Amino acid sequence: MRVSPMSIAHLLSNKRRLWKFHGGIHVPDEKALSNAHAIETLPLPERLVIPLHQHIGAPARPLIKVGERVLKGQMIAEPSGFISAPVHASSSGQVIAIEMHPVAHPSGLSALCAIIETDGEDTWAELPPPLSDYPQLDSELVRERIRWAGVVGMGGAAFPTSVKLVPRIDRKIHTLVVNGAECEPYITCDDRLMRERAGRILEGVRIMHHLLGVAEVLIGIEDNKPEAIEQMRLALADTDMRDYTEIIPIPTIYPSGGEKQLIRILTGKEVPTTGIPAQIGIVCQNPGSAVAVADAVLAGRPLISRVITVTGRAIAQPRNLEVPVGTMADDLIAHCGGYRQPPRKLVCGGPMMGFELKQTSVPVTKAANCLLALSAEESPDPSPALACIRCGLCAEVCPAKLLPQQLYWYARSKEFDRIQDYNLFDCIECGCCAQVCPSHIPLVQYYRYAKTEIWAREQEKRKAELARARHAAKQERLERQKQERQARLNKQKAALATKPSTDTSATAPGKAAIEAARARATAKKVAIPTDKQ
Amino acid sequence: MKSTIVSSPHVPRVNRVDRGMLQVLLALVPGIVAMIWFFGWGVLINIVLAVSFAVAAEAAVMLARGRSPLAAIGDLSAVVSAVLFAISVPPILSWWLILLGILFAIVLVKQLYGGIGYNPFNPAMAGYAFLLVSYPVAMTTWLEPSMLAEHSLSFMESLRVTLSGTLPPGLDWDVISSATPLDEMRGQLDLGMTMEQIRQSPLWGILGGHGWEWIGGWFLLGGIYLLWRRIITWHIPVAMLLGLSVCAGVFWIIDPQTYPSPAFHLFSGAAILGAFFIATDPVTACTTKRGQFLFGVAIGVIVYAIRTWGGYPDAVAFAVLLMNIAAPTIDYYTQPRVFGHGEKRL
Repeated sequence: MRVSPMSIAHLLSNKRRLWKFHGGIHVPDEKALSNAHAIETLPLPERLVIPLHQHIGAPARPLIKVGERVLKGQMIAEPSGFISAPVHASSSGQVIAIEMHPVAHPSGLSALCAIIETDGEDTWAELPPPLSDYPQLDSELVRERIRWAGVVGMGGAAFPTSVKLVPRIDRKIHTLVVNGAECEPYITCDDRLMRERAGRILEGVRIMHHLLGVAEVLIGIEDNKPEAIEQMRLALADTDMRDYTEIIPIPTIYPSGGEKQLIRILTGKEVPTTGIPAQIGIVCQNPGSAVAVADAVLAGRPLISRVITVTGRAIAQPRNLEVPVGTMADDLIAHCGGYRQPPRKLVCGGPMMGFELKQTSVPVTKAANCLLALSAEESPDPSPALACIRCGLCAEVCPAKLLPQQLYWYARSKEFDRIQDYNLFDCIECGCCAQVCPSHIPLVQYYRYAKTEIWAREQEKRKAELARARHAAKQERLERQKQERQARLNKQKAALATKPSTDTSATAPGKAAIEAARARATAKKVAIPTDKQ
Repeated sequence: MKSTIVSSPHVPRVNRVDRGMLQVLLALVPGIVAMIWFFGWGVLINIVLAVSFAVAAEAAVMLARGRSPLAAIGDLSAVVSAVLFAISVPPILSWWLILLGILFAIVLVKQLYGGIGYNPFNPAMAGYAFLLVSYPVAMTTWLEPSMLAEHSLSFMESLRVTLSGTLPPGLDWDVISSATPLDEMRGQLDLGMTMEQIRQSPLWGILGGHGWEWIGGWFLLGGIYLLWRRIITWHIPVAMLLGLSVCAGVFWIIDPQTYPSPAFHLFSGAAILGAFFIATDPVTACTTKRGQFLFGVAIGVIVYAIRTWGGYPDAVAFAVLLMNIAAPTIDYYTQPRVFGHGEKRL
């Protein structure tokens, strides 16, 4: 049994040292709207719209045809690369279409979806056997199972979980961080999951701990969720994970649930810019993903449903719902009693980082943790933006320790080199700066614009460089051919000049050849019109 | 639902520019009341005139630019500039000088650069410096603090002086006016008098000039209020007062007979007003925390240098304007270490 120095220190002091990240804000957490409602299972919808690309990485390749009957848990799209994930049917029924359908995406664009008309029987496909004895099995087999199950990060980013469970060659992973912070206001799905399924979360954590071979597991939970902390602690006491696992209440401050921020709070370490936590020996996972891992390994079940919070003051009865992936947002809202008042806006995700939905006919994906219907009072239209007065409040709250006022200045003036001097790409778009800005400038929007613009320009530059390289190669080739031709010509000339005496003898066969060619040409001329007739 | 998509965050905004400005005005009240107490109604007349001129000038420029004048006036920035300007100039300044200073501040220094947020120089201090350079006599003719004065101007008398530029019959400029304590100190020191001799004049109070030290104290109270309401941070005011008092302290320890004490410097002239209300103007100051500290220290040092060896008795305006020029450069070289970056970047 491994005992880390951290846990010894913990035993001695009984109080773990926590670190702080710069800035952050306190926002009304609004969790009380929905956190008293136990997870409810939604009745099976008649139609499921399952996007085939629900993760970061390469899109999945469809495995089904229109008209085909699929079973619950059947893989309907396979991963097309290492960083990719399969998609499974969330219920049994018939595939009625594979087509572009509006999805929950900031762009409001459509994506390829499999549309399944459910048969109401919810018949399971044949599932792979449970791997309950996973500690004895080859780790690769277990990882392959998690990959097969299509488990992705369920906190929002949807990065394929199996990829993050591969031990790195260059750097040993020593700590697994489970992100139970849930710092975004309103969202309570992880809170409920930790309260109701703490045991299952820990089973998943145990598997991930085994696969990564880490020395310690830190589960960070914001202290505005005392019940979740309590339940997780009770569940931990029943396991053999106590020696390496710690449930750590952290102060409630947004954005403590940002991966880099949570790692800083729990370990005092900073994930290097442009880097990933694995570079400092840490892997971060979401409680929902832990449950999905447990389901995949211990029950052979793929990830086909998730818990989502449907809340906001415009919703009649805010709830936490367990829903099949592919359920339409309309169905969720209808199940929650519809609207209490006309919503000012619908948001997918939390109010700080979520994006506005233009329509409710979009499906729930593996990454969707919250559907918010905000009233006009909760989310008033910001008054027109005034000029920046450089008060610096934004810099005081920036968790990345950037200077948002300078970024704004250079984004506005389109000085994209300068803005990178000020580390634009370290911005995590948490929205703290915009929330405190007295001039009500939509700062995050400016940063997104600048980032997109820089990406587009880099792409342009790459294209231009490629074209330039191609052009240079072509010029070079032409030049080379010209020189070769010239050289050949010179050689011929030289050859002619050196043996003028053979001139007459050479003409006879030459003449014969010319005659032969002429004959061939006339024959062709005759032949072509006949061909055309 | 509306058709425009608004970027995250989708929560109400918690701060407002006009509320911040209002807090600044509120914080100025105790100091202004003290000034009226010591220097009479002229202070209030100055404020009323300056604010009216500033609002009118701001509205006129906004109309000329084809923008809404109400929005510009509503942010209260012109009012704050005007009040700071009004309490910086002598209480019996002629109305047309106030107009001139305000026009320079609001039209040239603020609006021609693009209005709030875009002006590189502090408008109030630019207006003040412009008048000081152009009309040095009028700008250095201060009133005597009321308890020392043989005659205190009534409200009507003050109004008359401001509007007509002439004194009521029977009064003489020499009777009502006096040099400021800083001016007096410089003059006496230049005459070769020692600190002990100088301090015997009734012009002096406990720390600085009689009356002036109280005004400084009340402005300090307002400054602390701004710190408490988090309208400003400690960096600029503390650094400026530190820069000033360290310089003063060093020379005072070396030769207390020729160099006034740090306390005298802090509680004379515009040191405290400047530290909390003028140098902290966010638009023209540094915006990084380390930069703000440097900015403040430099202002303190320049104030001391000009007060001690320069051509003017007080120097907050010049020091602030000088450092306004340096602010963007200081900002560039004092960027904080960004999360996840190595220790030194530049």
